[in-house]
Amino acid sequence: MFRYTKLTVLREIGLWALALLFLSPFYFLVTTALKSDGEIYTTSPLAPPSSPDFSNFTAVLTAQGNSNVVLGLVNSVIITTGSILGLIALGSITGYVISRSTRRWSKGAYYLFLIAIILPGQLGAVPLYMGARSLGLTGSAWGLIVLYTGMLLPLSIFLYANFFRGLGTDYEEAATIDGASKTQVFSKVVFPMMAPATGTVTIFAGLIVWNDFFTSLIFLGGSSNQTLPVAMYYFIGSLVSQWNSIFAIVIVSMIPILALFLFAQKRFIQGFSGGLKG
Amino acid sequence: MTATMQSKTEAADAPRRGRRNPGPGRKVRSRGGSLQFGHWWWALPGIALVIAIHYVATGIGGYFAFTNWTGIGSFKVVGLANFEAIFKDPTKLGALLNTLFLAFSSVFISNVAGLFIALGLNRVIKTRYVLRTLFFMPVVLSPLATAYIWKYIFDFDGPINVFLASIGAGDLAKPWLADPQWAIWTVLIVLVWGSTGFAMVIFMAGLAGVPVEIEEAAAIDGANMWQRFWNVTLPAIRPAVAIASTLGIVQGLRVFDPIMALTGGGPAGATETLATQVYKQAFALGNFGGGAALALVLAVIILFFAVIQQRLTRSNPED
Repeated sequence: MFRYTKLTVLREIGLWALALLFLSPFYFLVTTALKSDGEIYTTSPLAPPSSPDFSNFTAVLTAQGNSNVVLGLVNSVIITTGSILGLIALGSITGYVISRSTRRWSKGAYYLFLIAIILPGQLGAVPLYMGARSLGLTGSAWGLIVLYTGMLLPLSIFLYANFFRGLGTDYEEAATIDGASKTQVFSKVVFPMMAPATGTVTIFAGLIVWNDFFTSLIFLGGSSNQTLPVAMYYFIGSLVSQWNSIFAIVIVSMIPILALFLFAQKRFIQGFSGGLKG
Repeated sequence: MTATMQSKTEAADAPRRGRRNPGPGRKVRSRGGSLQFGHWWWALPGIALVIAIHYVATGIGGYFAFTNWTGIGSFKVVGLANFEAIFKDPTKLGALLNTLFLAFSSVFISNVAGLFIALGLNRVIKTRYVLRTLFFMPVVLSPLATAYIWKYIFDFDGPINVFLASIGAGDLAKPWLADPQWAIWTVLIVLVWGSTGFAMVIFMAGLAGVPVEIEEAAAIDGANMWQRFWNVTLPAIRPAVAIASTLGIVQGLRVFDPIMALTGGGPAGATETLATQVYKQAFALGNFGGGAALALVLAVIILFFAVIQQRLTRSNPED
């Protein structure tokens, strides 16, 4: 019944037409970024540039101050990597203990994390800002790593705990009988088995932290140490409808995540569809 | 993808069943002693961090919702005055209505669109994985970055108006984002574009779990395409519908980045949302009490829909 027929050919062509329409914004993104300052006002927005001009990209990459894109890129990489490492370390061990424990508090802790996932961050944003400022954590990459780790930890713990619940204790028992200590059981036996959960946590947390604008706007506000989205926001704020320059920075900001996505798209999509089902 | 996912759940189920009925050879957990695996204090740093960052901060924020604090200096407890102000101030009330409108309509449209694409890609399409990747692409990109592309597309001198002029419909051209009547619809388009791929992926996973045999049996029994979809496919993917729509609503209620990039909340507050108003009141206007009150309203609305999601997903026997 489900064979490739003429109707399927039509369906496939229709889907491709839809996909091209869906992705048409990227056509404007690339063609406009390659237009020179003069051409941006003289050519139609629908037309490609007469000759590609890369000067917008050099201007973007050499901007200074709080719209320093290269610094923003470096900061974003440091903050995202640091947060992911924190979330894997704390999330895996906390998720492990609360899912393996049979005590009553572990169930309470599980709900504590579950409710924290859905609490909206805005309500706590100002008290957090006050607290972070008094601890000297604002304006630094370290502060943001601690914040992001705390903010996304419930999600990370939830994903790990659900993974452990489906995992039998046989391997751990075997390792214990062979004389491994509790620390060894966790680091040498349990942790390597959780690679799928670690992958999902990495993808979710990595995307959220990398793309986050609100938190870094507030907590790095005023300092010249910006993340990529905030540097982009300030850079674009100083331009009025200079779309070629604006799009050059938008492209620069997209390249890392897009490259990673196209490289590991299967893993990304699996993380989204599988991770959400718990 | 489906094969790996199914085998994963099967593999996960087997030991779970085993654990519930421990065999005679199993060790019995020692009462009062330490845990069998791991130390309980391993969970302490995580619990402490979550309590501090989520519960203490939110609790303090909730308290300030009942004060007139400006963000610095002293303050007074003012009771419900901040909440009354929300319903008296047209901008704040508008922000509340805009948020609900954007969240619900973007989720509805992107779910319908995502379901159609997922149905289109389901089975026999040869390039389905390439197409899936293309439709999913906007989901991984920063909402702030993609919103700038749309800002250009809707610009008065931008592609849409130029295109309308070229097909002789130039009088339809307008400054879409600066038009109080149209601005919210352009924001809606951008939100739908950004979340359709997400809904599609959830539906594709749901559809992959529908056995071919059942669909074939229905077809043999004479069910047409619409009947098959309505009576066979849709009931089977109901959990996917519940997950995709409630997650979308919870996300949609927090919408902030695309608004900041597209309109900044304008023109004349026509696209303000609760999240942009919270930011402006608390951080730009120094009205922290008012901002906290708005955030509390937002929190209550989000919690309400999150509880509904829990109910919906729990009532289904598969989960």
